[in-house]
Amino acid sequence: MNNLLELIGNKTLALLREMGAVIIFCGQTFRWTFSRPFYLKNLLKQMEQIGVNSVPVVLTTAISTGMVLALQSYTGFKRFGAQSLIGAVVSLSMTRELGPVLTGLMVAGRAGASMAAELGTMRVTEQIDALYTLATNPMKYLVVPRFLASMIMMFFLSALGMYIGILGGYFVGVKVLGTNPTTYMNQSINNTEVSDIWYGLIKSLVFGAVVGLIGCYKGFNTEGGAEGVGKATTGAVVVSCMLILILDYFLSALLW
Amino acid sequence: MAMIEITNLHKSFGAFPVLRGVNLTVEKGESMTVIGGSGSGKSVLIKHIIGLLFPDKGQVKVDGEVLNDLDEQGLNEVRKKFGMLFQGAALFDSLTVWENVGFGLKQHTKMSDKEIRDAATQKLALVGLKGVEDKMPADLSGGMKKRVGLARAIAMDPQIILYDEPTTGLDPITADAINDLIVDLRKKLGVTSVAITHDMHSAYKISDRIAMLYKGEIQETGTPDEIRGTSNPIVKQFITGSAVGPITAD
Repeated sequence: MNNLLELIGNKTLALLREMGAVIIFCGQTFRWTFSRPFYLKNLLKQMEQIGVNSVPVVLTTAISTGMVLALQSYTGFKRFGAQSLIGAVVSLSMTRELGPVLTGLMVAGRAGASMAAELGTMRVTEQIDALYTLATNPMKYLVVPRFLASMIMMFFLSALGMYIGILGGYFVGVKVLGTNPTTYMNQSINNTEVSDIWYGLIKSLVFGAVVGLIGCYKGFNTEGGAEGVGKATTGAVVVSCMLILILDYFLSALLW
Repeated sequence: MAMIEITNLHKSFGAFPVLRGVNLTVEKGESMTVIGGSGSGKSVLIKHIIGLLFPDKGQVKVDGEVLNDLDEQGLNEVRKKFGMLFQGAALFDSLTVWENVGFGLKQHTKMSDKEIRDAATQKLALVGLKGVEDKMPADLSGGMKKRVGLARAIAMDPQIILYDEPTTGLDPITADAINDLIVDLRKKLGVTSVAITHDMHSAYKISDRIAMLYKGEIQETGTPDEIRGTSNPIVKQFITGSAVGPITAD
């Protein structure tokens, strides 16, 4: 019994310690975000790596989701004779929920893992120490550009995901299932407000911050060689995805 | 005049004490080598000298400034006096050789890329490398990486160079070439240097003085000849590489 209590106590302490370290890391990142020098070249490079290189995976996920959503909605709605509502369902789902969440999960898997692996390797091969010895702050040089690029590109990738998802839904709804295109478009437009799109995009900014911060935190604090890099990478993806799903509920409740 | 003064330096990681009251002084222009076995605290000691780690107790003074008392900016100013060669060279994977060598110049001067590249080429020539400017670190051999690391360490014309295991992982001939390079650079640049190593051949060749670190304490300090003739059983066992004696393998 004592051993069990000790185990629970140790795990709780370790969790609290980790949470504290993450909060300090986030605070430092915010602090260095607004102080000179600004590494614009690094930011642009990261925007390409995190954003541009994630376009294919986001496009595939979004178009597939939009198409499946239209197909499944049609099957269900047909029973009530409400096929004309497919457009509204696809638009609302893609803008408020699926666009930002699926983009967040995809970017966490691709770019978050890559950030953790890259920074983790730099940590274990002493490249981060080398930056300190060259009088360069690694938080500013490595973390801030990744954090900002992750937020900015998640915003645009989510917007792209929403659009492509809706397009995929339109294709299936109109071209495959034969819904009247005017009805489909009217339903989509009349039932989706600009605020729905903004809610989705605000979520995407938060998810971008999560992916950037967790990816960098895990990489920056890697210990123990190749095994440590592997753990950091897995940890970055798992924690980012879980946080995205948890925060999604609270943001949805808040932005209802 | 002392360039580096380490006084009563204590450092623990968790409950495990690594340094237990290290005292060491390195004079300006001197070449000091700290020897010791794996886990003796050499790397921890060198990381304190450049402010990558901070003492639990005691202090490190560099060129008259106590590192513990400095803020981020002050610390960076002190770090600009240093060049450091890492054990694995620690070259930045994503940058070319010349960008690695010129990294400090890019960050801290207003030099153009062409001027930085020229300066990098010059430093690379000093360490015996030509025509590698545009290569990526992954395309270099271990010995070449060390040379590029050394060129990066001297790029900002530092007053102090730190060498972390400069010959580890190299074949004996390349290792000796690196030793010659260290001696040669010191003659040319007149810098203070601190090396940590367990390679006695290297220690004898590059040092004015050698200090032996064992179990977190300095056991003995002396010139290479004094160390060779030591009566301290711990130092004697280490320099002769004997498995029999007070030092036991972990």
